[in-house]
Amino acid sequence: MQQVINVFLIGISIGSIYALMSLALVLVWRSTRVVNFAQAGQAIVTTYIAWEVVNRSGSFLMAFILAVAIGGLIGGLVESGMMRTLFKHASDGPVAAVAPVIATLGLLGVIRALVGLIWTNEGKRFESPVSTAGFVIGDTTLPFSRLNLLIIFTAAFVMIVFSIVFQRTNLGLALRAAAYNPEIARLSGVKVSMTRTIGWVFAGAAGAVAGILLSPNDSLTPYSLDVLFVFGFVAAVIGGLESLVGAVVGGLVLGVGLSFITFYLGTSLVFPTAFIVLVVVLLVRPSGLFGVKGARSA
Amino acid sequence: MTLKVERLVVEHGAIRAIDGISFEVAEGSLAAVIGSNGAGKTTLLRTLSGLKDAKLGKVSWMGRDITGMKPEDLVRRGLSHVSEGKSVIPELTVKENLALGGLWRNNKSELAQSIEEVVELFPRLGERMSQRADTLSGGERQMLAIGRAHVSKPSLLLLDEPSLGLAPLVVEQIFQTISMLCRDRGITVLLVEQNALGALAIADTGIIVNLGTVVAQGDAKELIDDPALRSAYLGY
Amino acid sequence: MLKQKRDKSSKREHNPYRRRLLFFILLGWGLLLLGDRVSELRVYQGALIAIYALAIGSLILLTGYSGQLSLGQGAFMAIGAYAAALTQIYLQPPLIVTFIAAVVVAALFGAIIGGGAARLSGPYLAGTTLALALGLPTLANLFSFLGGETGLYFDVGIAPERFGAEFTLYKWFFWIAALATLIMLFFIQNILKSRYGRAWKAGRSNPAAAQLVGLQVGRRKVLAFTISAGVAGLAGALLGMVSLVAPSTFTLSLSFAIITGAVLAGLTSLTGSILGGLVLVVIPEIAEMVSGNFGESEAVTANFPGLITSLLLILTVLFTPNGPAEQWHHHKEKKKQKALEKAH
Ligand SMILES: Nc1ncnc2c1ncn2[C@@H]1O[C@H](COP(=O)(O)OP(=O)(O)OP(=O)(O)O)[C@@H](O)[C@H]1O
Ligand SMILES: [Mg+2]
Repeated sequence: MQQVINVFLIGISIGSIYALMSLALVLVWRSTRVVNFAQAGQAIVTTYIAWEVVNRSGSFLMAFILAVAIGGLIGGLVESGMMRTLFKHASDGPVAAVAPVIATLGLLGVIRALVGLIWTNEGKRFESPVSTAGFVIGDTTLPFSRLNLLIIFTAAFVMIVFSIVFQRTNLGLALRAAAYNPEIARLSGVKVSMTRTIGWVFAGAAGAVAGILLSPNDSLTPYSLDVLFVFGFVAAVIGGLESLVGAVVGGLVLGVGLSFITFYLGTSLVFPTAFIVLVVVLLVRPSGLFGVKGARSA
Repeated sequence: MTLKVERLVVEHGAIRAIDGISFEVAEGSLAAVIGSNGAGKTTLLRTLSGLKDAKLGKVSWMGRDITGMKPEDLVRRGLSHVSEGKSVIPELTVKENLALGGLWRNNKSELAQSIEEVVELFPRLGERMSQRADTLSGGERQMLAIGRAHVSKPSLLLLDEPSLGLAPLVVEQIFQTISMLCRDRGITVLLVEQNALGALAIADTGIIVNLGTVVAQGDAKELIDDPALRSAYLGY
Repeated sequence: MLKQKRDKSSKREHNPYRRRLLFFILLGWGLLLLGDRVSELRVYQGALIAIYALAIGSLILLTGYSGQLSLGQGAFMAIGAYAAALTQIYLQPPLIVTFIAAVVVAALFGAIIGGGAARLSGPYLAGTTLALALGLPTLANLFSFLGGETGLYFDVGIAPERFGAEFTLYKWFFWIAALATLIMLFFIQNILKSRYGRAWKAGRSNPAAAQLVGLQVGRRKVLAFTISAGVAGLAGALLGMVSLVAPSTFTLSLSFAIITGAVLAGLTSLTGSILGGLVLVVIPEIAEMVSGNFGESEAVTANFPGLITSLLLILTVLFTPNGPAEQWHHHKEKKKQKALEKAH
């Protein structure tokens, strides 16, 4: 029983990171109807910057704040620079439909190459700001550590901030309206081109948090967040790609599920399981567990 | 003359939906645009509110050329458009839908006051403030859409078939409210309708369009009584 | 005058099959002649170009003609490679049978995945195939007969004696790869020009209209996916032949490289695929030269090609939203139309 709780908590910890990446993907999807394949790439940049800051100043908090700020900035630049040009030139040809996918993939490639040029492809060790040793209760050591706790709290904090912004502020109302119905939003005076950019800014920031939380105690390379992207995508699809709450729940469900798989069946089954979950959700309940029907073909 | 449309041409790809329309609407008056399906009424309104670009022609409002301006900027100049088919956002609550119209003013007390006014206009909305808009009836949704536009404090209100799919009693009520907005609040209204009789009854002037052109315009009462128009375009 | 022109073009279309065959035979012959004149490294690169061209062709078949973008070509390549290696190890049939096995097995997987994929569109399909490309190679660690990280060795043996003693292994690789690619591209070309190909195109540009005239878009999509996967499987087997049948060969980067090549090739023009293959091989070469100027930095060699190809990818999609080939075509059509208008 104790072990089950343990596995569950670790699942929540990793799942909250997936949830953040999923949140980033959903934010972008809602604002521009694009799946940003460079989302993890953007997070790689900020994670390296955080690594650099931790190395030089020793302050994890400063690294965190800087990474989130730069993450938002990158998101905004990508939207206002690349995506806007893309949509301006867009036509209804066959390639146009896949153009956003190709463009964001290209961006991913550029980011990775630049990161590799600056920091080399060699793995960097990102020291954890807190102990990674499991908590000790009585005379048993749990796998659940201070780092896991920090991850959960940080992710929860970010999510609470998001939920306040979206539910309680004018900006949040504008963002939601623009996501659900850009036309009515514009007729009501919402500057939709701005809400698009803001969606990407928020996504960039959320992705930055995901990257920085995933990396401690792991080897950081230009490719190390690929897996995070895929799990974030699966989580977003579980949540229906439209719903912010769905994104979070999708991430947590996936994290916990995969945690149990890892513990009882082994690491090598994690990926196949995630893939099967993805395919099954897409085929059986294409609008996700939280989605609206008929939203999938966009 | 406040709203002035001159030789407007609008195309959807190869289809010319508006083919050289000109008319004027006096400040504080209520003009009805009448026409059958596909006449180009929706296209006209969408062009006026900036959702669609005109190919040729000019639109001016209060002496200012507004052709090609964006809808979000036009709202700030007092132009509100209630688009075709209950233009509310179903995922948001009634209150949020209303608040949306006043976001750009960024003034809490003014917003609260505007919402209060809407509740006065449509008491049924007042009881449903925290309900999601998709739980409303068709008539209530149309009230909400007009309410949202009202919160934007328009001086020119563009309405696209507000009576569509509503019961006669509700239509009556909505037409009364529109008329009241014009007469009591001094809002200039451009009302697009297929319900010719109802619309012309509350309108000052009428504009009858067919296949993208104006076939007749003038005093609303005279249009109603014109037997030729009656059989050809008004359908009663 | 107009009439004359039409007559001419209809005559030209009269025997496109033979013309294409001739083109491919000449191309093959030219390549083989070239193979005798250049260094061993160039021969190896030639084989790579052929393999990439084939893989790009498989993606063009899918995207250009059915509107689906798969990020998982690398996964189908892996399936083909493992199928070939296992067939060769356990059954040792004639080489041609091994390659056919690779095609069939990959096509089978393609049909299964395609069945689901036909119902997905745009970013959903892209995301799903991405997950496939990233996840499938990890299966190698799950089953011991797949050889884990070290992978399998797909041994095609040395060239038969009648080619002479000077016929090196790389030349043999090149022969096989070039021949297989030419034959396959020829087949794809014919599929695309056939009734089926046109049906795919119809389904791509306007699903609703295609449905109206009775084309079962869903089934065609599955078929496109199946054939595309089979072709990718062959490319994978060839790649396994010249390198190693291991997860490290069939990375996500490979899938991305294929997409890059396909986009640069134009996504709708098959002839461009050879050009795409060329670009994928030449750019690392250039990167090496550049990195030489920077003092042989490993970071530069490893990342410069990615930087250039990715930048090209973005620029291509930003400024020629329909692919360079289609854009060019469009441009020419417009010119023609203008000329016609003038004439009238
Ligand atoms: N988005 C569009 N794309 C192509 N054609 C369009 C589009 N919108 C409208 N049209 C065409 O333009 C013409 C005018 O349409 P419009 O919607 O303005 O008519 P309407 O008068 O509002 O009709 P209704 O009373 O049925 O609402 C029609 O022929 C219509 O088919
Ligand atoms: Mg209409």
